[in-house]
Amino acid sequence: MDFEINPPSESSRPLLEVRNLHMRFPIKRGMFRRTVGFVKAVNDVSFSIRLGETLSLVGESGCGKTTTGRCIVRVYSPSAGSIQYQADEGESVDLAQLDSRALRPYRRQIRMIFQDPFSSLNPRLPILQIVGESLKVHGIASGSELEDRVALLLERVGLRPEYIRRYPHAFSGGERQRIGIARALALNPKLIVADEAVSALDVSVQAQILNLMQDLQEEFNLTYLFIAHDLSVVEHISHRVAVMYVGKIVELASTDALFSKPLHPYTEALLSAVPKPDPRLRNSGARIRLEGEVADPSNPPSGCYFHPRCPYAQDRCRHEEPAAREIRHDHWVACHFAEELELRGFEAIGSSPRMGQAR
Amino acid sequence: MPDDNDTLLDVRDLKTHFFTDEGVVKAVDGVNLSLKRGQTLCVVGESGCGKSVTARSILRIVPAPGRIVSGEISFRGRHGDRIDLARMNPRGRDIRNIRGREISMIFQEPMSSLSPVHTIGSQLMEAILLHLPVSKGEARKRAVSLLDLVGIPRASEQLDAYSFELSGGMRQRAMIAIALACEPQLLIADEPTTALDVTTQANILDLIRELQEDSGMSVLFITHDLSVVAEIADEVVVMYLGRDVESGDVDTIFHNPKHPYTRALLQSIPRYDSLAGERLYSLKGTVPHPFSRPAGCPFHPRCDDVIAGQCNTNDPQRYSISAGHSVRCLLYAAEENRSVVDTPA
Repeated sequence: MDFEINPPSESSRPLLEVRNLHMRFPIKRGMFRRTVGFVKAVNDVSFSIRLGETLSLVGESGCGKTTTGRCIVRVYSPSAGSIQYQADEGESVDLAQLDSRALRPYRRQIRMIFQDPFSSLNPRLPILQIVGESLKVHGIASGSELEDRVALLLERVGLRPEYIRRYPHAFSGGERQRIGIARALALNPKLIVADEAVSALDVSVQAQILNLMQDLQEEFNLTYLFIAHDLSVVEHISHRVAVMYVGKIVELASTDALFSKPLHPYTEALLSAVPKPDPRLRNSGARIRLEGEVADPSNPPSGCYFHPRCPYAQDRCRHEEPAAREIRHDHWVACHFAEELELRGFEAIGSSPRMGQAR
Repeated sequence: MPDDNDTLLDVRDLKTHFFTDEGVVKAVDGVNLSLKRGQTLCVVGESGCGKSVTARSILRIVPAPGRIVSGEISFRGRHGDRIDLARMNPRGRDIRNIRGREISMIFQEPMSSLSPVHTIGSQLMEAILLHLPVSKGEARKRAVSLLDLVGIPRASEQLDAYSFELSGGMRQRAMIAIALACEPQLLIADEPTTALDVTTQANILDLIRELQEDSGMSVLFITHDLSVVAEIADEVVVMYLGRDVESGDVDTIFHNPKHPYTRALLQSIPRYDSLAGERLYSLKGTVPHPFSRPAGCPFHPRCDDVIAGQCNTNDPQRYSISAGHSVRCLLYAAEENRSVVDTPA
C-alpha cells in the first residue's frame, strides 16, 4: 500500500512521510510466555503530512489510529517501515531508526496532546512544573525565566497566569486540556499529535478547544495529526482525512472529497452512521447497517479485511487484497470496485436553516 | 397537573441535594418533566448539570449523601394507579417492585454495570425470576428469546458467556435485554451509547427505537450529545446547573430555541456546511463549581443576552412560549400575555 501524496504543486516536501509502517504486538501464552501470534495493530500504513496542515486519522476503536500516532512520537518502536521527518536543516531523518539519544532533538519538535485531561496530568505537580518540565529538561529555561515563559504559555492558551502554582485538581476538564496544550506548545513544536484531544469534553468546551487549536495553528504554523472518532469534529478541523480499518488505511482524501464523494464502502457506512444534529433530517437516507463486528487484528479475514461486513462484497474481495490507488487527484482508496460503486456522501444540509440563531 | 391516562411519568419541581461535609450541592434544583406513553424524552445537558441525578432520583437510587428534598415524581402504575415515587422509602418493598419491573435502567458503561463473575444468562434470569412467577426452565427460555430480540447472535450459547467475552456493542445489547426482561413501562437510558463507536451507536439507537415501537414502552434518554437527541427524541428537556432551562418538542428545541443556553449549545456543534476555517461559536467561561452557584439565573455569568440588574438577582420562572414549550429566562418575562407555568411552591 502506498499513500504517497506529494504533488509538487501542493507543497514542496511533506513535513512527515510515513512509509509502510507496521506495528505488531506479540501475543504470549503459557508458562514460558511463548509468542503464539501477533496483533497487527498497524499493518502497512503510508501517508504524509504537509507543513501547516491538519491530517485526521479516523476509524472505530481498535483500528490502529492511536498506535499509529504513538509510533510517530516514538512511544512505540515500529516493527517495520519508515517515518521520514523533515528536520530544520533541510535534511530528513527516519524517526523509526533512531535510538532514544538520537531522538532527543526531535522530541522537542513533535509533541502529543492526550485524550483524558484527568489522567494525563500528574496530580502531584503544580502547573508550573507540568508545563515547564520540558523546558527544564531541554535546558532552555530555569528559575524566574522559566516562570515567565510558563506564564506566557498559560496566557496564550487562555488561562490566568496566576494559576501557575495551582495543582491539576483545581481545574475543570476544559482547563486541563488547555494545560495539556500549553505543555505541548512549550518547546515550539512543529508537529502536534492530538489523540482524541476533544473527545472527553462537553460540546461547549469542545468548541473552545477546537477554536484554540485552530488559532494556534495559524499563529505558529503548526501541523496537526488529529486522531479522532467523531466525524463532525474531524470534518470541522481537518484539511485531509485518512480512514483506518483494522490497521490499514482504506481511504485518504481531502476533507471535502471524502465527505461528499466517498469511494470506500466503509467510509460510506461510517458517514451514514453519524447522527445529524437536526430532527428534520431523521431517516433522511437509509442508514447502512454494518453486520458483524470489526475484524480481529490478530487473525484478519482473507482478501479485503472489510469484505465480511461490506454490502458490496464480491468473490474477488474474498481472495485478493485491494491495493491503494489514486482514483481521483489526491484521493486514494483501497477497494477493487471504487470506480464502479456509486456511494453516498454526506447529504448537503446547508439548505436547512441554521439552528440556534432564530429567536 | 395533567392527569390524563397518557402521561406515564410526571416530575414536578424535583430537588435532589447532596449534603456533603463541605456544604450542600444542589445537583437537581427544580426540574419538571412529563413523559407520555410510547414516547421518548431526552434530557440533555453538559456534565454536572444534574441529568443523571434526575434519572437516579426517579428510580430512587441516588447515592448517599444525596436525597430528594422536595418535589413529586408521579408515576402511573400497571393498574392505572398514580404513585408518587418521591414519597417512597428508597429501601422499601414498594420501590423494589417497581425497579426492574415497571421502570428499568441501562447505564453508560456496560462493563462496569454487568457482573464479571456471573454469566449473562444468570443475570438475565435473576431479573425474570425476581419479578415474574415462572419456573427456572421457563425463565431460561425467556432469556434466550430476549437475547434473540436484542440481536445477539447464537443466543442460547451466549447465555453462558461472561460479560468480558462480549464486545462493547454486544454488552450494551445484553444490558438492554436485562432491562427489558419484565417488559417495563419505562426504560431509563443514561448515556447508553456514549462509550460506543458511531456504527455501534447507530445500531443500538435503532434497536431501542424498534423495541419501543413493538412494546409501546416510554424511554427517558439521558445524553450530552445533541445529534443523538435529534435522532431519537420526541420531547426534549435542556438542563443547566440542576434546572430545566427549556423544554419542548424536538423540532421546537432545534429550530426555534429560546433560551440563550440552548442556542449556544446548538451553535457549538461543528456543522457540515460550515466554511473552512470558520470558528465555532463558543460559550464563554465554564460551568461554575457546584458550591458557588451564581445568584439569580444560574446561567447569567455566561449569557450574552444578560439583562444587567435583573438576571443576577431575579430567579427566572418557567415562562410558557406556546403549548408544551417553556423556558426559564427573564428575556421572555416582559413580553405580554406570557403565562407562568405553575409550579407548586
